[in-house]
Amino acid sequence: MSFLGRVLVAVEKAVKEPLFDCRMCGQCILHSTGLVCPMRCPKNLRNGPCGGVLVDGNCEVYPDRPCVWVKAWEHSRLLPLWRDHMEHLNPPVDWRLQGTSAWANLASGRDKELPAAWTAAEKRSP
Amino acid sequence: MDRGGKEKPVTDAGAPAKPRSGLEALLRAGHFVVTAEMQPTSGADPEEVRTLATGLIGRVDAANCTDNPAARPHLSSLAAGHVLVQSGLEPVVQLTCRDRNRLALQADLLGAACLGARNVLLLTGDGVTAGDHPETKPLFDLDSLHLLRTACILRDQGTYLSGRPLSTRPSFFIGAVENPFAPPHDYRPMRLAKKVEAGAEFVQLQLCFNVPRLREFVARTRDLGLLERVFLLVSVYVTRSTRALRYLRDVVPGIDVPDAVMARLEHGPSELQAEEGFRLALETVAALREIRGISGVHLISIKGQEAILRLIEAAGLLPRPKPGTQPAPAPGERAAPG
Repeated sequence: MSFLGRVLVAVEKAVKEPLFDCRMCGQCILHSTGLVCPMRCPKNLRNGPCGGVLVDGNCEVYPDRPCVWVKAWEHSRLLPLWRDHMEHLNPPVDWRLQGTSAWANLASGRDKELPAAWTAAEKRSP
Repeated sequence: MDRGGKEKPVTDAGAPAKPRSGLEALLRAGHFVVTAEMQPTSGADPEEVRTLATGLIGRVDAANCTDNPAARPHLSSLAAGHVLVQSGLEPVVQLTCRDRNRLALQADLLGAACLGARNVLLLTGDGVTAGDHPETKPLFDLDSLHLLRTACILRDQGTYLSGRPLSTRPSFFIGAVENPFAPPHDYRPMRLAKKVEAGAEFVQLQLCFNVPRLREFVARTRDLGLLERVFLLVSVYVTRSTRALRYLRDVVPGIDVPDAVMARLEHGPSELQAEEGFRLALETVAALREIRGISGVHLISIKGQEAILRLIEAAGLLPRPKPGTQPAPAPGERAAPG
């Protein structure tokens, strides 16, 4: 990675980590998750909570922490924008982008590069 | 089977001309279906599975072969499913995202079809910390919605996720799970909508001890227009003791046992607990049959196949219909979902 690229990653991390507890997956979907980072979910779920959420709304894997997706749902209801993005079907993670800058990937369109058949399925879906 | 095709199609655009499995044929014809969870086995002898399967033949329409339930290794769901096919019992082969990456999941989806399974149930999977190998590296490469769409891609587009073509497409009736009883309750119907968009054609809902909560969920599901697109089956647990119920509530994540239900079992004398648990399951099945939009029940009992068989009989769910037949217009039966 170039020097400028490393600076960008450092800046993005410095901003997004304290704000959103961002895990730098490089393909940001915070707008679809009530600005709660879904990569904090121990099952890496990108499309909503699993069925194991405890009655008190905490995580089945870390029972002392709230479920990331319960927070995502609650926060999304408070946002003036992107509320309906909770209904979006988010594509699989490209694990090659871990630790890269989502801002750079958004600008270049790299974060929209999906497996060919996934893209075809999106087009078939109404 | 052709008569089923004349019914209102469930998946608007994608409804197949011919059902891909017996379970699908029964659901499309409007029968109230019965599935059961196979007790997972831990041996290399197919006879163990065959014996369990034999007890269920003619009593259920399909049986679920679980995939390392509660994150504890067991005989693989593909192998168990294959033994069921050989025994003449239709399997619902479960696959989770916990133990396989997308390469292995696609290989096993093809493998399941190759070994004769025509129903698959695709889910996230319990966390590894729930099991007896908590030191395991969990995979979760895909989530359950990704897996649902991947199964659709294999079947409908005839390619792998990468776009590389298959020589033969698998034929599946694709199932998912959802938990109406876990928070965030308001989001659950929307998440089901996403699963339907991803490709779910039937859904087995989590164990139900809270019928009012389920009614609310079904109403929201109807508002979203999902009842025309997906069949809902509800899991019912045949409780045999207060201890088992307490275990479900306190140890198994995502199960909501209301205090009133717990109290009902706790207050009776211990020798009558099993009887009270049985009555509870019987009442739940009867209540579910009255809810428009519920197309069947999925019966579960830990090491309690006898209790499941007794429940099926007592609930008046016998004889099981043959795929290709139409349901008799009896009370509690619906001609079409929704």
